[in-house]
Amino acid sequence: MRVKACALLAIATTLGVATPQVQAQGPVILKVAIVQQIDSMNPFLAVFQSSTEVGRLMYDYLTAYAADDQRVTEGVANRWEPSADKLTWTFTVPEGKKWSDGKPITAQDVAFTYNLMLTDEVARTANGSFVTNFESVAATDDKTVVIKTKAPQVTMLALDIPIVPKHVWEKVTNIKDYANDQMPVVGSGPFVLTEHVAGQFIKLKTNKNYWRGAAKYDELHFVYFQNSDAAVQALGKGEVDLVNRMAPAQFDSLDGKAGVTRNKAQGRRFTELLINPGAQTKAGVPIGDGNPALKDVRVRRAIAQAVDLDALVQRVNLGYAEKGAGLVPPVFGKWHWQPGAGELRKFDPAAANAALDAAGYPRKDGTRFTLRLTGRAGRAYDEQASEYLKRSMSEVGIGLDVRLVSDNQLNEVTTAATYDLAFSGWATNVDPDFILGLHTCAQRPGADGKGGTTDSYFCDETYDQLYARQLSEFDEGKRVEIVKQMQARFYDQVPAVVLAYENALEGYRSDHFARFTTQPAQGGVIMAQNGMWGYYGAEPAGRVAQASSKGPWLAIGGMVLVAAVVIGVVVVRRRQATAGERE
Amino acid sequence: MRLAGRLGGAALSLVMVAVLGFFLFRVVPGDPVVSMTRGRPTTAAMQAELRAQFGLDRPLLSQFWGYFTSLLQGDLGTSFTFRRPVADVILERLGPTLLLVGTSTLIAVGLGLWLGVRAAWRRDSAFDKATTGVALTLWAVPTFWLGMLLMMVTGDLFPSRGMRDTDTAPDFVSQALDVGHHLVLPSITLVAVVCAEYMLVMRSSLLEEMHAPYLTTARAKGLRDDLVRRRHAVPNAVLPAITLVFLRFGLVVAGAITTETVFSWPGLGLLFYDALTGPDYFLLQGLLVCTAGAVVVMNLLAELLYGVLDPRVKVV
Repeated sequence: MRVKACALLAIATTLGVATPQVQAQGPVILKVAIVQQIDSMNPFLAVFQSSTEVGRLMYDYLTAYAADDQRVTEGVANRWEPSADKLTWTFTVPEGKKWSDGKPITAQDVAFTYNLMLTDEVARTANGSFVTNFESVAATDDKTVVIKTKAPQVTMLALDIPIVPKHVWEKVTNIKDYANDQMPVVGSGPFVLTEHVAGQFIKLKTNKNYWRGAAKYDELHFVYFQNSDAAVQALGKGEVDLVNRMAPAQFDSLDGKAGVTRNKAQGRRFTELLINPGAQTKAGVPIGDGNPALKDVRVRRAIAQAVDLDALVQRVNLGYAEKGAGLVPPVFGKWHWQPGAGELRKFDPAAANAALDAAGYPRKDGTRFTLRLTGRAGRAYDEQASEYLKRSMSEVGIGLDVRLVSDNQLNEVTTAATYDLAFSGWATNVDPDFILGLHTCAQRPGADGKGGTTDSYFCDETYDQLYARQLSEFDEGKRVEIVKQMQARFYDQVPAVVLAYENALEGYRSDHFARFTTQPAQGGVIMAQNGMWGYYGAEPAGRVAQASSKGPWLAIGGMVLVAAVVIGVVVVRRRQATAGERE
Repeated sequence: MRLAGRLGGAALSLVMVAVLGFFLFRVVPGDPVVSMTRGRPTTAAMQAELRAQFGLDRPLLSQFWGYFTSLLQGDLGTSFTFRRPVADVILERLGPTLLLVGTSTLIAVGLGLWLGVRAAWRRDSAFDKATTGVALTLWAVPTFWLGMLLMMVTGDLFPSRGMRDTDTAPDFVSQALDVGHHLVLPSITLVAVVCAEYMLVMRSSLLEEMHAPYLTTARAKGLRDDLVRRRHAVPNAVLPAITLVFLRFGLVVAGAITTETVFSWPGLGLLFYDALTGPDYFLLQGLLVCTAGAVVVMNLLAELLYGVLDPRVKVV
């Protein structure tokens, strides 16, 4: 009896396995792999990159960045005007834009969102830094929002804050406990959140009320992968349509794969080698235990000169990166800085040796001094680049004690400044203010070692003065020049060496989706944009059932399993019969 | 009296776990607030607000007392990462873990014990050598590698991730079959790796019984070889395996971190992994209390069951 039940169960499961999962005429779905958990769907609390990426699809911001060249363009507002003293900004919200539930989007929604952040500290959790300088926000009518700032703020068109519907959120009494899971979630973006199963997937449907027009397919699903190798395999099998954050080897493995198109894009990230310049708190009290020799800028320059950035890009990034220079990656065009002929620090071990001799660090038994290099265990770049740097540094008489540690330990080491050299990296935004601001004196920690956001511990009067100037410079041409001067100063003082601007390596099923909108248009990314264009602009290749190719394989697998179960049943029955006869 | 002592011991173990867990995770490297805000425009004031929200600005002993008194009232706290009660987050992941690790453990126990008995009974036969060799090889294989290998060699037959597809029909039967389909590869991986443990324990303990005089007596009575094995040898040899089985059942709740990571199975193992990256103190503490609680309860059950199976060690 048990044997029979088992057999029936196995057959039922097998038949299930062989059941195609998608009907041929079902909705057209774009399936995207994400490799980071979703922390919260509440836009005031969500801080993970994956969550903010989904948030951009659900809610428009006040302004947006264009897909083709990342210039500031229409978001919720379509016009904006600063006052003569640059302390008052007037934004216009045009009529005709609707929330996904059909109600109109007005200036009241904008004022409500910003005022909620100004009055509730929990609502400032994710994006509070954008409103720190706000004096007041008011909607003078349904079309006009007036924002007054305490000081002129050049980043007023780069407020990455999702605007939420007042008629929904004014009923929320406790932001901290609000999961924003009343499906479908009312939003203003091109997609509407319809289902979220924690740790598994997120489903969004096309917003038919979207003011730019509805997307060209029906549903957008984000499926969660803990393991990026599995995500790449799933792309190859057609289980997902879009994958990003691939390692070079994973990207290469998809070369020539039928139905898959790869996208080698200019990324927003850079990798850097931190050189502890003598870390101090905001009050100027030394913290950490960096090697004192690194306080000498001549030593830091010599270290930078001894690193062959071209070789690192070729051997460690396998060519999927550009050689590093300034703090702003080349993808941001006008803000990017490259050293001129007089500023360029060419790879030259002989000159680095001479500079270290001149700085008063002679070799003893071949070594001048030993430095700790801290990196992240399990990150291929750190593991390979640390070996390369070990050899490079030994050529200039510097011993390297490589310490590869967990992600948390690395954060702890860089936060506490208990490093000499360390690998780090940042993702940058369209407006360079964030990445530049990280290296100002004010970003160092307080007396208790907490509250700092820097990891370079750079504190330079010239740099800080330039930072303050760019923040209040409203002439874009002049601001670009100041931003470049800041990068030149950073390069010259070497609290860190920007090693490489990594390419963003993506792949998609071109047999399912023929085209994606990249940002910027030339060499841009599909995912992790400063906007939602990649998903919004996806064009299906045809209404083909995405799992239909599984059918034959599933049927074969099912038949094999059924055969195995039937054979098992026969063998057991025969055996039982024999035993019975014997007894 | 001895039973009361054992129950008291189990309760004391749980209290110790709760206390140690609190301080243990506080020495895990990393600052949750720094981890959360890294890569985002953040001010020192925002970081301070977050610390206050999570209670991390209070003295350690005050934090401990708050945690411990809440725990006594059944409140495991709020996850920093997911901004939800820890109990809710754990409960949400408990089902998938029980399904994967429970199913795999049952199969591995059944298969392992069966193979162990067969291998011992036909010692040095080709079957014994083959099963022992294969089992030991699989036991030695890294789980991560085996999982990835299975994923590659099975091609399109089985899904690469998760517990269900996003586009499966919503009815119960379709969903159940889809979950079954997703369960195949992670289950095979887990069974392949842990099966050897049961097989070898069963094999060695049965081998010890093989030449016992009572088996000769049974054979002298004219009993068939199968019956001698089933009714006399195995019941006496199974006790060490029982201990192992209950220990393993206790660990079912802990999930299988590597397997769940490889197959992105949304269980407690994966949750543990994610919690450590914060570190998400309350979530880690909650997970530790739950998993340790399961082990303590299962150990207690094993001790009580021992008395039933072997009256010589009966708990009074």
